[in-house]
Parts: sequence; structure tokens; C-alpha cells
Amino acid sequence: MNDSVLKTISVSFVVCLLCSLVVSFAAVSLRDTQNLNKLNDQRMKILKTAGIYNPDVAVEAQFQNLVPKFVNFETSELLDEYQDLDLQTYDPVYYSKQSDYSKPVPPKQDIAIIKNQENIGKIYLLKDGNGDLEKIILPIRGYGLWGTLYGYIAIDRDLNTVRGLEFYEHKETPGLGAEVDNPKWKALWDGKKIYQDGSIALKVIKGKVDSTNASAAYQVDGLSGATLTSRGVTNMISYWFGDSGYKQTLQSLNYDS
Amino acid sequence: MTVKQYKDVIITPLIKENPITLQILGICSALAVTSSLSVTLVMCVALTCVVSFSNLFISIIRNYIPTSVRIIVQMTIIASLVIVVDELLKAYDYETSKKLSVFVGLIITNCIVMGRAEAFAMKEKPLISFMDGLGNGLGYSIILIAVATVRELFGAGTLLGYEILPLVSNGGWYPANNLLLLPPSSFILIGFMIWGIRTFQKDQVEPNDFKLQKHANAPDLTKRESNA
Repeated sequence: MNDSVLKTISVSFVVCLLCSLVVSFAAVSLRDTQNLNKLNDQRMKILKTAGIYNPDVAVEAQFQNLVPKFVNFETSELLDEYQDLDLQTYDPVYYSKQSDYSKPVPPKQDIAIIKNQENIGKIYLLKDGNGDLEKIILPIRGYGLWGTLYGYIAIDRDLNTVRGLEFYEHKETPGLGAEVDNPKWKALWDGKKIYQDGSIALKVIKGKVDSTNASAAYQVDGLSGATLTSRGVTNMISYWFGDSGYKQTLQSLNYDS
Repeated sequence: MTVKQYKDVIITPLIKENPITLQILGICSALAVTSSLSVTLVMCVALTCVVSFSNLFISIIRNYIPTSVRIIVQMTIIASLVIVVDELLKAYDYETSKKLSVFVGLIITNCIVMGRAEAFAMKEKPLISFMDGLGNGLGYSIILIAVATVRELFGAGTLLGYEILPLVSNGGWYPANNLLLLPPSSFILIGFMIWGIRTFQKDQVEPNDFKLQKHANAPDLTKRESNA
């Protein structure tokens, strides 16, 4: 009886229908909580990059210490308002996929393989007790081995010294490329210099940095077994601190202060 | 069904018919998620929920499942449950869910879930099937928790993130055993557990698959000795 064609099809259909209802109900009803978790995770990474993360205090409260600013990549200005965009919730990665708010990157310049760059970026300023600029936290992204790495880099008020690096999303191989999350490796970045005589010199090299070398301040140890991921990180730095990235904006900041 | 039967289906899978040490099922996740105890606990809860409820639902509709598509129907139910568990974890325990990454999704392919559905839930009534799933989930959990305790304690010097053995690298006296943080160490640990359990539970020892046959042309040493 159970094995008739009609019964087989109808039982399969009912099971599939019920299961899909359960799954979609779970997915839809939990989406908001999940997005909030993702947002908090990303904010935690920003705080960690800035070096002010305290696990005992709610992420949202700590996040108030950072001042977000729009970056207009065309005019290299820092803005508090841009058209009708909301500074608090603006997500550059999302807007880089909207054709009205982004431009495709010409393949020759696209060393980090990001394909589209948003017209308006968003950075965070960390100010000290006197209201003076202490650090700037800049979002960066670029292709590694398996996918795009999304992260933040913090630079000092001299606009040249790296103070922190964190990735909040990547698809690199665990144990090899995923070592970009290794705290020991991330700590190597602190104090490294980005520009040498106005051009980008910071690189992830192959092997260990020779500290006696004159250019040691511009080099970071490579991740062993992850040449392509290391190269991806180098390209990412070159792109975002280059002319199409934050370079002009950072220079204009320098004149202000 | 008597109370004793319910008790039996929960207790026998704990040691006597443990899915990991006797049936050697679910080894892949036992290797992958046991480097930290807190992650292991979440994984155990997730698997126990999935195996219990998949047993329950499959048993409820067992008389309506056509034999020709029964595996697919079972997989559909198991997969849906796993997705629900995964979504719940992402919503309420994001940190752990990031650490577990693909391994929650891989519960779908965990042989314990499929094995219990096919071997038990397809034949028995819903309530006892649920209990059977619970028992097998707990049996899996016991082994995983034991492995994770050893690995985290001697590999990282901590338990549930709290420092127990101060590491040399943090100024303590304990040099961490890095092998224990790598997946192959669970193979060794589970091997020791199987050895230990079979020492006391002799009936778990399987007969040899084949015997060494005497060589046909070899001189029979025993005979010659007796002749001399």
C-alpha cells in the first residue's frame, strides 16, 4: 500500500512542505537577532582594532567612544552628512554593491580585487580626553585565497603608524590563511609604518622579518603556508592606502591639524 | 512499554552500546570540535536534540513512509532539524556558533542520527524512539566531554576557559602539550577509551575476522617433536 506511486509522491510532498515551513519560520523569526549579533561582532572587532575593547562592558556602550565619519572618496573630504544616508547605520560594504552609490574599479587598478568601490566610505575616529585625535580606524577589504577578507586597520595620529588590525569575515583555510586571526600575528602589525617618502611601503613578506634591516618597519612576517592570503593582505593595504583609497583624505587631515 | 524498557534504551547507549566506542560512529565531529570544552558542550546539546527529535518525528510517520524513499524522507527531517538548531545557535550563541562553523551543519551526515532513525525509529513507537535518541545523544556526549576535558586541560591548561594549570608562556609551570590541541590526538584518546571499556566489557571484543592458517607445506613441528 505504502509503495504506490501516488502515495510516495504525496508523502514526500507533505514532508517537504512541513519541513520547509519549519525551516523558513525559524529563519525568518530569528533573522533580527542574528543580524544584531553580526553587527555587535563587527563592532567588537572595530573596538579591538582601536585597542579599547573591554569584554566586561556592553559593546554598544563602548562603541559610543568612537566618532564615525563619512569619507567622500572623490573629494577626499570627511563629512558628517551625505545626502540622506544615516551615519550610524551606514554600511560601506552594502553600498558598494548598490550601483547608485558605487563605481566599478577598473581591472588594472583593482589590485585587491574588490570589483566595486563605494563612493562614500565610513571611518571611525578615536579621540583622547582632550578631544584630540588619537587613532583612526579604517575599514579595508580584499581578496585572499578563497574569498574576500573584511577587516579594519587602526592608524596612529601621525597618519602613518599602524596600531591594530582585525578581520571580521574571511573564508581562508583554517590553520593556514585563517591565521590572519592569530593574535600573535596581529600583534606584529603594531608600530609598522605604511608610507615611506609618500609611497606605500608596508608589505607582508615571505618568511620572517630581519629586524636589523632598514626596511623592517615596513615589513610584516608572512603567514607560512598561506602565500596567497599574505599577498592578499599586502594588496589590500596597497589599495586602501593608495590614491583610490584613503591616501588623499589622510593627507588633507594632516593639513587640518 | 514498561518503565524498565524506557530506562534501558537510555542507559545501554551510555557505555554498553556507546555509539562512538562500540559502533565507531560520529568520529569526525568527535575529532573536530573537542579542542575546547565549552564548544563541545554546545555541540553535544545540538546533536542530542537533533537525534532525539529526528527519532520522534520519524517514528510518528514511520507507518506512512514508503520504503522506496524512506532514506530521503529521513534525511529531509534530519536536515530541517539541523538547520533549525543552526539558526537558533546563530541567534542565541553567536560566538560558539562561529567556532563550530560547519560542524553544526555536518550533524546531518553524522552516522549516529541516520543510524538511530533507520535502526530504531522506523520500527518503534514515538516515545521510546525519542528516549532512544536521547540515550544515544548522551552516550555521544559522555565520550566527547571526556575527550574535550583531557584535550583542553592538558593542551591549553584551562577548563571552560578558566585557568587550571598555569602555562609556562603565561609565567606558570605547565608546558602545554600542543599535540592535544590538534585533531589527531582525539583518535589516540578515543582509542584508549575503547581499550579501557573493552577491558571491562569483554563481550564488546569482536572475534578475529580471519585466522592465521598453517602453511600447507610447512613441517608440523609438534608431530616431529613427539616422534623424537
